[in-house]
Amino acid sequence: MANGGPEIEQLIQLLARLPGLGPRSARRAVLHLIKRKDALMVPLSAALDRAVAAVRVCETCGNVDTVSPCHICTDPRREQSGLLIVVEDVADLWALERAGVGAVRYHVLGGVLSPLDGIGPEDLTIEQLLGRAAGFSEIVLAVNATVEGQTTAHYITDRLAGSGVRITRLAHGVPVGGELDYLDEGTLSQALRARTAMDPG
Amino acid sequence: MTPARVLVRLRLNAFRNYMTAALDLGPRHLVLVGPNGAGKTNLLEAISLLSPGRGLRRAGFETLAAHGSDGAWAVAATLDTPDGPVDLGTGSGPGETGRRVRINGANARAVEALSAYLRILWITPAMDGLFTGPAAERRRFLDRLVTTLIPDHSASVGEFEKLMRQRNRLLEEDGDPLWLGAIEGQMAERASAIHFARADCLAHLQGLIAETLGAGAFPAAGLALTQLFEDMAVPEAPDALEALLRMRWQQDRALDRAAGRTLLGPHRIDFEVVHAQKNMPAALGSTGEQKALLIGLVLAHARLVRQMTGIAPFLLLDEIAAHLDPARRAALFDALEGLGTQAFMTGTDPVLFAALGARAQTIAVRDGRFLAEP
Ligand SMILES: Nc1ncnc2c1ncn2[C@@H]1O[C@H](COP(=O)(O)OP(=O)(O)OP(=O)(O)O)[C@@H](O)[C@H]1O
Ligand SMILES: [Mg+2]
Ligand SMILES: [Zn+2]
Repeated sequence: MANGGPEIEQLIQLLARLPGLGPRSARRAVLHLIKRKDALMVPLSAALDRAVAAVRVCETCGNVDTVSPCHICTDPRREQSGLLIVVEDVADLWALERAGVGAVRYHVLGGVLSPLDGIGPEDLTIEQLLGRAAGFSEIVLAVNATVEGQTTAHYITDRLAGSGVRITRLAHGVPVGGELDYLDEGTLSQALRARTAMDPG
Repeated sequence: MTPARVLVRLRLNAFRNYMTAALDLGPRHLVLVGPNGAGKTNLLEAISLLSPGRGLRRAGFETLAAHGSDGAWAVAATLDTPDGPVDLGTGSGPGETGRRVRINGANARAVEALSAYLRILWITPAMDGLFTGPAAERRRFLDRLVTTLIPDHSASVGEFEKLMRQRNRLLEEDGDPLWLGAIEGQMAERASAIHFARADCLAHLQGLIAETLGAGAFPAAGLALTQLFEDMAVPEAPDALEALLRMRWQQDRALDRAAGRTLLGPHRIDFEVVHAQKNMPAALGSTGEQKALLIGLVLAHARLVRQMTGIAPFLLLDEIAAHLDPARRAALFDALEGLGTQAFMTGTDPVLFAALGARAQTIAVRDGRFLAEP
């Protein structure tokens, strides 16, 4: 039943696994690519090849870049602020960078604590965060305003207790249940400016 | 009293046994009649999804799509309000486990946003055993009443239950104490909000019932919550309750680990209802008396919601005429007039609704389709 042969069917199936795409939109995307083979499909294929060869996960912060440590971690201008922003995913890091929040550094947790999904502290980069913490004057926990995000923020606050580093979180401009990646840039930079201290419970 | 808010148009797409269906309504009550399996309850369920939660059957969103469809379902409604017409909609795409909400053509941030336009209360045959059945059902009923008044309540309850499952799992796995503490802190925040929302709502409802005691054809209810703590009273300030619960859960970890669940919390209380005039527990009444008590309670709550929010809730009354004698039936129809809202009623026999006369529009349903007025 494969329309257009196994190569095309496989391409559709792979694309359908991408977030935000289903089988129907994957099929549309592939047809679009085929129709514009030279203008789109060939350059896309080449760009994918180059990205596969170049992509690196930063050993320091977890960002995705073509070098490790990444450009953000090696940028000397980001030293001064002393601000470390902790995010769940690389998408959140990029959202904050797009919002132009300033000369800061980041730490990507790689998810949130979720007992029902079997994700514990050891599955996130919390130990690495504890190791980096002393080098900063303030850590901002910019996790999503979901139940799991907030639990993770409280847990990290408790783990950092006694480190002497000031710990804050985004202000409640972030809608409850909201995910950073979906916020408009104005709301996001507003929430960072109005960040509040985490009380260690 | 003409309702201030009227559901004037309803559209279903691949919802249960409706493939596509549209209904245009005037400012009157709606009576749906048809044989078993026609789709009467399904239509009420569709309307109930215009409020927070999972609707009147508490079904998973992924089960709502019509069999044989691609898995996407949608319910859209147009509401006439004092501020003009509003378009509301909700639905899921294929394979989605959550649902989306749209208001006037834009995505709503949260389902609670619908509560600015309408509130909904319902009575279904599944509630017939409410007073004799398990406490969990009564708690759910109470939480639905509270949510109609305080829309965020539903989310607090959902989050609390999720956090509690996380805590139980972590206890079982002997998880990191700091992690447990972070979860218990969040549970305590929700639990305190849940407790005070319930208590405030019941106090107001009881006050309103006391004002009108003996006035209506429906018995008055005495309402109470069982104790949250066996050994002490609940602190008066929400912050104090939060701190206390957090401390108790931390102390009780070994106990709860052995029990395999969280033994203390707002998920353990019962909602006790008494037939006030007879001073008798609701569970001891006859079938018809229990139904009358339930109807009286829901009607009183509808009045309370209108008083406190300015929005008279729509009433979804599934098989409402069953178990009611003709006098009570007529009394119910008269009581609906005073509420200034639209009620949506179902039954297999149109004769049961004859006393409504011109106050209602009757529509026949068959196999997921609407027929003309009989
Ligand atoms: N997802 C679905 N897809 C298709 N049909 C469904 C789906 N879910 C339920 N149904 C069918 O919808 C039909 C109508 O159900 P509904 O409960 O609305 O009937 P009713 O008119 O209230 O009947 P009764 O008088 O027995 O209460 C049932 O036959 C049921 O099997
Ligand atoms: Mg039914
Ligand atoms: Zn880096």
